[in-house]
Amino acid sequence: MLWLPALMAFALIVLPVIGLVVRAPWSRFGALVTSPSALAALELSLRTAAVSTLLCVLLGGPLAAVLARGTLPGLRLLRSVVLLPLVLPPVVGGLALLYLLGVSGFAGYVLDVAFGVRVPFTTTAVILAQTFVAMPFLVVSLEGALRTGEQRYESIAATLGARPWTVFRRITVPLVLPGLGSGTVLSFARCLGEFGATIAFAGSLQGVTRTLPLEVYLQREVDADGAIALSLLLVVVAIVVIVVGRPRSAEGLR
Amino acid sequence: MKRLVMIVLAAGLAVTACGGGQTATSGQQRVPVTVFAAASLNNVFTRLEPQFEAANPGADLRFNFGGSSDLAQQIVHGAPADVFASANEAQMKVVQNEGKVTGTPEPFVTNVLTIVVPVGNPKNIHSFADLAKPGVTEVVCAAQVPCGAATKKIEKDTNITLSPASEEQDVLAVLSKVQAGVADAGLVYVTDARSAGGKVQEINFPEATKAVNVYPIAAIKDAPHTELAQAFVTFIHSPTAQQQFASAGFGAA
Repeated sequence: MLWLPALMAFALIVLPVIGLVVRAPWSRFGALVTSPSALAALELSLRTAAVSTLLCVLLGGPLAAVLARGTLPGLRLLRSVVLLPLVLPPVVGGLALLYLLGVSGFAGYVLDVAFGVRVPFTTTAVILAQTFVAMPFLVVSLEGALRTGEQRYESIAATLGARPWTVFRRITVPLVLPGLGSGTVLSFARCLGEFGATIAFAGSLQGVTRTLPLEVYLQREVDADGAIALSLLLVVVAIVVIVVGRPRSAEGLR
Repeated sequence: MKRLVMIVLAAGLAVTACGGGQTATSGQQRVPVTVFAAASLNNVFTRLEPQFEAANPGADLRFNFGGSSDLAQQIVHGAPADVFASANEAQMKVVQNEGKVTGTPEPFVTNVLTIVVPVGNPKNIHSFADLAKPGVTEVVCAAQVPCGAATKKIEKDTNITLSPASEEQDVLAVLSKVQAGVADAGLVYVTDARSAGGKVQEINFPEATKAVNVYPIAAIKDAPHTELAQAFVTFIHSPTAQQQFASAGFGAA
């Protein structure tokens, strides 16, 4: 009963990728993905996605803990707000960042006048845009793990005389590790694929702000083959990320 | 299972019914003429629509505006276009090389670059050379798209090298960054600057004439409605239409 729609759903995900593989310019593939602009974009993408993911973990981790364990009133509202970047079109997020941190935005104005710092058109802007769109992935995954993770074990450990640090290290961390892992992988993947917020907020300049998705979009203007080759490169990177990160983290507890 | 199939079928029927409803308006059969046109033609083409439809009763103009290279790809991949109006000759060539064009594409307007700055011109920019001054954050189109190619050509001809903060995908992206005040200046087409109204200030520079962008138009081969497609191409060359183009800032071809 379920297999037909299930098969259709699977086909919808897999067939377009196959279409890309079939159409790929294999004879020129190596040359296309190792062109200076492609390499610059790949390097920038990996670098910014790594930093953004780290920021997601460092900032989103505590936020998830507060949302899962906090007792503040209005926490439910806060939880919905955190989901905003997930439901917002990325380009809207980019515009929002632009009007906050652009020279005419209030935060941008303060930064410019007080410190002489201008964020738009810098690699920092790329990282901010990526962190903005990827944060909910980490927070949601980790918060889920924290909430379903049995708090009972923690109380029992405490009554058995474990110090808070020991409880955190021996009970809490192992319990939420799968959630943290899958959240990190999803965030990294989302950062790699980021397009709309980046192009709206950070612009597009080789080696500075032109990440791989932006390079694909630009290549399409002149050379469809080049765009396809770069797309496949992104597909490969995405598959590697999922294969390396996913089994241990998402299914590790089974 | 049966139920699921019924739902899918019903949904399909509903979609087809909606699609059909649009073509048959008020009993009279109007023939849709689909025009794929460069985004920069949006304002004028939309303004010309009622005039063309009045002169050709029975024709129902439909526009698909977008980047010329996107449109060219869509036509090459079999999109049902009757007419293609490109913002540059290169993309028309793409369509032509695939054997999709009837006759020879004819140039109908031209466009040149201009400098746009935020209102009040805070960085005091008055020439192309001013863009290269230190402390000026300028934004241009990437060399891969027509407006960027034009920018590069002017740089070469004037021996002035810009170091832009960003090389955008299209003129609208450049325009929006100037409007938002994050860029001190940008290079866009004259027509784009005009359509932005008073939100940006336009600074024309003589070197712009070194890179004139030519817009060709052509009817598409095997188009669903060849005759009306040809009528539209002819109409675009008429004095009425040309006058509208001129008032939008386009140059004569």
